[in-house]
Order: sequence, then C-alpha cells, then structure tokens
Amino acid sequence: MRRSHVVLVAALVVAFAMLLFAGCGETTTTTTAAETTTTMPAETTTTEMAGPSGDPIVIGAIVSATGPASPLGEPERAALVMLEAEINKVGILGRPIKIVIEDDQSNPTEAVTAVNKLIQQDKVVAILGSSISASTLAIKPITEAAGMPLMALAASNKITEAPIDWTWRAPPRDALAVGAALGYIQNTMKLTKIAVLHDENAYGASGAADVAARAADFGLEIVATESYKTEDTDITAQLTKIKGASPDVVVVWGTNPGPAIAAKNMKQLGMTQPFVGSHGIANKSFIDLAGDAGEGVIFPAGRLLVPESFTNPAQKAIVDQFVAAFTAATGNPPPTFAGHAFGGLTLVLEAINRAGSTEAADIQKALNETKGVITPDGVYNYSPTDHDGLTPDDLTVVMIQGGTWVLAPQ
Amino acid sequence: MAALVFLRRHLAFLAFSVVILSAPLFTGNIYYLSILAFMATRLMIALGLNLLMGQAGQISLGHAAFVGIGAYGSAIMTTRWNMDPWLAMLFSAVFAAAVAGLIGVPTLKLKGHYLAMATLGFGEIVHILLVQFKWLTNGTDGIGGIPSLAIGGIDFGDPQMFHWLVWGVVLLMLRISLNLVDSRVGRSLRALHRAEVAAMSLGVNTSFRKVQVLMVSAVFASIAGSFFVHYVQYVSPVSFTLTFSVILVTTVVIGGLGNVWGAVWGSVLMVLLPEYLKRYNQDYTLLVFGVMLIVIMIFLPGGLVSFKTLVAKTRERLGGARTASAAGPGPARGS
Amino acid sequence: MTFDQFLQYVFSGVTTGSIYALTALGFTLIYNATNVINFAQGEFVMLGGLTAVSLHEAGAPLALAFVGAVAIVATVGVVFQLLAIRPLHSAGILAQIIVTVGASLALRTGAMLIWGREALPLPPFTGDEPIKVSEATILPQTLWVLGLTLVIVVTLQLFYRRTLTGKAVRACSVNQGAARLMGISYSKVVLLSFGMSAAISAAGGVMITPVSFMVYSSGALIGLKGFAAAIFGGLGNPAGAVFGGLALGILETLAIGALPMSGASGYKDAVAFLILLIVLFVKPQGLFGGRSVEKA
Repeated sequence: MRRSHVVLVAALVVAFAMLLFAGCGETTTTTTAAETTTTMPAETTTTEMAGPSGDPIVIGAIVSATGPASPLGEPERAALVMLEAEINKVGILGRPIKIVIEDDQSNPTEAVTAVNKLIQQDKVVAILGSSISASTLAIKPITEAAGMPLMALAASNKITEAPIDWTWRAPPRDALAVGAALGYIQNTMKLTKIAVLHDENAYGASGAADVAARAADFGLEIVATESYKTEDTDITAQLTKIKGASPDVVVVWGTNPGPAIAAKNMKQLGMTQPFVGSHGIANKSFIDLAGDAGEGVIFPAGRLLVPESFTNPAQKAIVDQFVAAFTAATGNPPPTFAGHAFGGLTLVLEAINRAGSTEAADIQKALNETKGVITPDGVYNYSPTDHDGLTPDDLTVVMIQGGTWVLAPQ
Repeated sequence: MAALVFLRRHLAFLAFSVVILSAPLFTGNIYYLSILAFMATRLMIALGLNLLMGQAGQISLGHAAFVGIGAYGSAIMTTRWNMDPWLAMLFSAVFAAAVAGLIGVPTLKLKGHYLAMATLGFGEIVHILLVQFKWLTNGTDGIGGIPSLAIGGIDFGDPQMFHWLVWGVVLLMLRISLNLVDSRVGRSLRALHRAEVAAMSLGVNTSFRKVQVLMVSAVFASIAGSFFVHYVQYVSPVSFTLTFSVILVTTVVIGGLGNVWGAVWGSVLMVLLPEYLKRYNQDYTLLVFGVMLIVIMIFLPGGLVSFKTLVAKTRERLGGARTASAAGPGPARGS
Repeated sequence: MTFDQFLQYVFSGVTTGSIYALTALGFTLIYNATNVINFAQGEFVMLGGLTAVSLHEAGAPLALAFVGAVAIVATVGVVFQLLAIRPLHSAGILAQIIVTVGASLALRTGAMLIWGREALPLPPFTGDEPIKVSEATILPQTLWVLGLTLVIVVTLQLFYRRTLTGKAVRACSVNQGAARLMGISYSKVVLLSFGMSAAISAAGGVMITPVSFMVYSSGALIGLKGFAAAIFGGLGNPAGAVFGGLALGILETLAIGALPMSGASGYKDAVAFLILLIVLFVKPQGLFGGRSVEKA
C-alpha cells in the first residue's frame, strides 16, 4: 500500500519536471509579416522593416490578473497580449518578442515563485511587474541579486529607494499622485482641513501613509483618518465620523468599488465637501458605479484619461494609437493601468533597441540613459539615481463632469 | 534478518526520503527548488492539520493564522529585534501552541464543530491585526529583508542547502506523525474520533487529547511559517487569509483524511496543480480546487490514498461480489 | 458622539445588519434541518445580487429581476443539496461541511468567470433621495431592506407555526428519528430548507446591491459576518439570527463612532469576530440559546 504511494509520488514529481522542460521548447510565437502595421511607439525607433526572424526576445511580466488587485492587473495583461501581437509585426533588433505573463494572484508569495520561474525557466531578459507594491517589493531583492532588469508597474515609493541598480518604474509613484492631489487642494481649492478615507488594502494604506507624511508640506491639517475594507458594503459610519470632524475636503484613497460607495454615501449624508480621489478610480467603472454622486469628483491621473490634454503632439499621436488598438482588442478604452503596462514595455524595448543588445548590463546602461521616451504616463528621463523618470507635470488633475473626464478647473 | 524487517517496515519512508533528498543533485534550477520548498512548507502544515482533522475529527478554518504567527514571529523578531532566527522560530512556535491551547480548551469541551467556528473567527482577527498593527507588522507593505537561516558557516540562503534543511525537517515531522499514528496516543485519538463515548469509558481524556493535537498542529504550522519567511525573505498579510486556510483544508482532504501519506499526496498535488494550471488559465485554479473538494468527498472520501481501495471495490461490485472490503485504511469521516 | 451621529450610526448599522440577518437566517435554516454549517451561504447572497443585475440588464423590470434572481438562486441551492450534500448523507457532518467549503470556492470563481471582476450596480427600488430624520439621513433603499427583511421573517414564522409543511420542518429539527416515524419525508424537508435558505440569502443580495454594488468576491465577508451573527443569536434560533445580524451591524458601526482614536474603523471587522469568539467561549448556545450544546 505505502510503497505504491511513494512510487506514484515520485513518478508525479518526475512527470511534472518533464512537463516543464517540454514547455521550454514552445518558445515560437506567431510571427506575422510586417507589411501593414500600425506603427506602435516601440517600433518608431526601429530601423528594421523586414519581418522579424530568429529566436524571440523573451520579456517576463508579473501582473495581478486575479485576486483583489485584478482591476489593475487584468487591463495590464490585456495590454501586454495586444502589444506582443502588434510589436511582432515588425519586431525589435530584427527579432520577434515573446512576453511570458505570470499572474501573482495579488499575492507576493506567488510573485516570488513567478519571478524565479521567469529567470530560471523562461530565461527572460527583463521583467515587468508586479501590478501591486507588495508583490513588487517581494520580488525586488531577487531581481536585484540576479542582476535582472525589473520595470516596476506599482506605485509604492519604497520600490525606487536604494538599492535600485536593477529596478526602474513606469507608473507615477504614490508621492507624485499624492503631491498632485494635495497641491491641488492647497493651490487651487485653497482649503486647509482634510479628512482621509482609505481602503485597508496595500494600495489605500500606502497612499494614506504618504498623505499623512506630507500633508504638512502643503500646509494641510488632517482632521480625521478612517478606513474601510475592500468588501465593505456601506461606509456611512466612517463618513459620519469624518463629518463630525468638519473637514474642508475628503481625500479618498482606494480602488473600486469603495470610493464609489463613499461618493454615494457622502451624498446620502448631505456632505457637501469636495471629494478628492486617487488615480485608483481612473476608470469608467467608477463613473458607472457612482452615477450622479460621482459628478464633481476630482483626482490626479495620467493624461491618458483626457487625451485632449496632451500638449505634446508626439505623445498625443502615441496615445491615440494605443487607445485605438486597445479598444479594438478589448472593446473598452484603456484604463490608466493598461497605460502603465504599455509604458513599462515601451521603456524596456526602447532601451534594448538603443543598446542593440539583450545583455542585462547593456539594458541597465541603456535604461539609465533613457531620455525623452514618451508613454501615456508622461515623458521619461532616467538617470543612474532617478529611476522614476517622471516629473509632477506628467500628472494632471481630472474632474468628472457629465459622466466623463475633463481637466479640473485650475 | 532484522535489517530486512526494518527495511520492509520503513520502505515507503526511506524511498520517499531518498527521492526527495537527492532532487538537488539533479537540478540546481531555482524555480524547481522553490516549488519543492513551498511543497515542503505546505507538507509541514498539512501533516499537522491532518492529525487534527483525520485523527481527532476536528476541522480548523483558521490554520493560516498559525502559519502567520510563525511567519510574522520570525520576521519581526529577526528584523526588528535582531534575534537569532532559530530562537525566533522556537518562540513563535511556543506562542502558536499557547494560542492554540487558549482557543482549544473552551471549544473542544463541546461536542460539534465549535472549533471550526472559533478558528474561523480567530483567523480573521489575526489577519486584521497583521494589517492594522502597522508599528509592529508594517501593515500591508509587509516586512522585507528577513535574513536567511544559517548554522555555523552553512548559509541556507543557498537554494540547494535550504532544500536539504527544510526537507530534513519535513521528513522528521513525517516520521513523528507516522510514529504517532501507530502509538498509543494515535490509537486513542482514532478511538475518540470514531466512538467518543467508548473512548471515554476506556479512560481516554478526549477533550484534553484534542487540545494536545490542536497544539501540535499549530506548532507544525508555525514552524512552516518561519521556514517560509526565511526562504522568501519577505512577508505580507495577503498570504494569511481565509482562502489560504481553505486551501490547507483542501490539501488534507484531497490527499486523504487520517492517513499520513495523504498529507504527502495532497501537498504534492496542491502545489503542482496550480503551477500546471497557470500555464492555461489561472482563473480556473480555485474553481478546480472547489470542484475537487466536492467530488473527492463524494466519490473518494478517503482521498487520493484510498484510490486503490476504490478501484478494488468497484471491481468487486462489477464482479457481482457483495462482500465488504476491509482493505486499506478506512475512510475517515466526521462524527 | 452627538445624538444625530448616534442615529446615523444606527441607520448605517441596520443597513448592513439586515443583510447579516438574512444570511444568518439562511445558516439557521440549513443548520436546523441538517446540522451542517453551510460555508457557501455568503455566495448565495452574491449570486442573488449578480443574477438580478443580469436580469435587469436583459430588460426585466426590477420586481421581476428580484423574483427571478431569488428563484434562480433557490434552484441553485436545491441542486447543490441534491448533487453534493445528499450523497454524503451517511458520511457525517465533517464531510458535508467540507463540501460546502468547496462549493463556496467553486461558486465564487464561477461567478468571476460569468460576471467578471468589476463591481456591478443595480438601480434603487424607489429613488435614492435620502430621507432626513432629525439631522441623520436614511436611504429609501434601506427602508426597503428593513421592510422586506421584516416580511421575510414574519412569513417564515407563519410558515413554521401555521402550515403543516412548516411544522414538519420544525419536527425534523427537534427530533429527526421521531419525525420520520411520524411519516415526515426527511429528505424533502432538507431539500426545502436548502431552497428556502438560498432564496432568503439571495433576496438579501438583491436588496443590498443598489446600496453597495455587487462583485464576485462580495459573498465571503458577508457570509462570515452572517455566520458570526447566527452564533451570536444562538445557532439554530431564527429569531436569534435576525437579532444577531442587526445587533452585529449596529455594534460594528458604533465601534467606529465610539472608539475615540482616528482610524478606529480598521478594527470594525475585528469587533464581529471578537464577539464570535467571546460567545463561543462564554456562552456557546448564543444570546437566546440555540439548540442544545452538548458537552463532550
């Protein structure tokens, strides 16, 4: 009885190992000819116009396509799938690319397994990810130790704190978004007393911590801080407490559906204070959920949300193409997070193209020398010490009006 | 002759040890080794939970919290207080056992599934505290920079060395579990699971035994948590949710309730299956787990280890034989 | 805390509390008939809400979407009992509980595949202009939730006390063997209990969706709270379940208001589970006494 178990266990382990080895061989992706291509930005610098050939350049990506952070990770995954096909119409360095996408299920442990797999198994030349800060912070020591370029897609400030030999970031970090929101409250709204309401998940907690740390720099006083759980069905109790503290403005940091519930609850409670949100509500879903209560909500976001706001014609052209391609592929306009994935991939591929090499050290050098690369999130200038690349100007403040996004009044 | 008898008795254990300990000789691939490392920690937890569920007939829906106590205990004591990792592991395990005792004493006095309810609430509270006690746990950002384990000059940060260390400990736990099941304690446990009144009349202190088992399983889980964080070197509250507790229960049930080798089977399958499903569509992973739980409970209540019994039974039935089959360990079921 | 604030906390508490109450009632029905704790109860709430959203989107008026969703989820409950619980009848309670855990995983993930990952809204039954009571406000939808909860509870009591079927159900929960001897079909009673339990929880799901939206993952937390509420009131006691749910909802929100420090809301959920533990340790039969608790 027992003996047979052991044999079977051993057989299963061996079978699994073989399966994985077999998986390694399947690296050929569909390489289409390059005649009719919509020129995607990553290719604009590519001189090669013949169809790509040879071994693909393998890029790894870790996104939170399932679990609590799936509203972030799923559009990132969709964008990467779409972009792989688009880019392979021309290729990079004359070669096709292959993006191996791993889902960390919004769980840092899964991210650690995934990063080991990407490095060891898929032999990737660079890694994008993860969608959430906790996962990114979990994999960063591994990529740093392995000398593997990591293009973070998450916002926590800690990600680009030393060591950052092998870590760069595509989306605007929390500090930038928090700065934009608080700056708007201070300079445009000219208000001083703020209340903070945040989700208890990593996104909300990290944003709220940043608001708390920097409010004083903007001459703001925090009169109340309350939180809610992502699954909470009603936030009136927290808002009642906040209302009692009489803030001038309520800052809400979280991803859907919490902020939409908060907006409706504020309306119910007759709270007339302005609602300043985070870039976590930069998607159509918030507008659909909040309905009337969403009108007048203000939040910092990349300019992707209001494509008219792009003053740089080159950026406008790129964004228009991206919006069209993403919409065609998925049926929805791209949320901000899709733009992060697009930006991260563009930055990596541009560096590889400029370096003319897929060696880690060459990519590292090229990324550090990145100048003026344009993505929906802004214009990037990396240096050996600045691995964020963006400036506060790349973020804008958006207001919801008539069920759509407009630039907030200045 | 004596050696031969010994070999026959322990063949399964010895063969398994040889296979698993020789794995790093064939591959230095960190990905494979990391999967095997996660399998090892899962097996530690499953062995403990299997004792609780299979032998004492009690279900814990908060076992992730005991893993969390070990994980965070080690993380906090080593990074904040610069404590020796082994000492931190010991303290965490003692703490987990104490907490298990506190929960077990009042609830295991009662007949029914009060432990399931209490552990459920306990698991949620631990998760909330991990998120809220930011001054101690760093909240949702988690704790990084946890040192790897070392003894003397041997650094277990090396994946192969870690493999031998963690699997060495697992094999020890496996051995303990196998011995426990065969011992007086094991027999009294099974007795109380199958016929509580009879066990009591034979002088088995049933509720005391149950609390003991719960404490042992909490210690196993806590140690697994400690090894886990020293390997990953990062910990965050997301890892210790109700879903993880449910996955742990699934691991034990799928392998085979009440059979020590069932825990081995369950851990192997439950760690490899998601890795495999990932290649197709991750979305289905939890759906598959859920359906597996239902299907196994209905058609294979003894878990994977009872598969042979099932085949034999089916053959018997097809052959028209109606004699009851007594082969193999009987499927262990709740009261 | 001013009186108006207190009133607002209570309003807020009864909104969520009603849903806990309906979920707890769902637990109670199944527990009474089978002694099984159905860990998939919260998923019935979620399925109710999401099914109603789909029906409404397909053009059904709200009332029809409500009834349709309740009927569909009740069917899910019945099918679940037939396919997964009934084959385990002789296998014991532990096996049955494990199956409900499996079902909750499967239903939740299945819902994600069907409805996606975004929260979905449903329009309120009658407008969303808040009603003022003193300085506190309450939504018309909350009144709907409260009213319909009351209707459900009263109907259930009438069913239990006035109809033959209801009396048969009660007989089974008191003494299964004796009930069988009296010619009551136990298997039909169990099936009925699952159907009613799923229907009641689904109704809760439909009613709360206009207030709080619904997403595939909503069921887990609601299920846990409903479970805590059921134990609070005394597992197996329907009136206790309803009281437990409302009390839990109000205690949670009052905790936010009463705890003086900023950020107290982070511990709101701990309140529910702390109550659960305290009740289990100190008075396992719940506030109003459930069915007998045996000492081992």
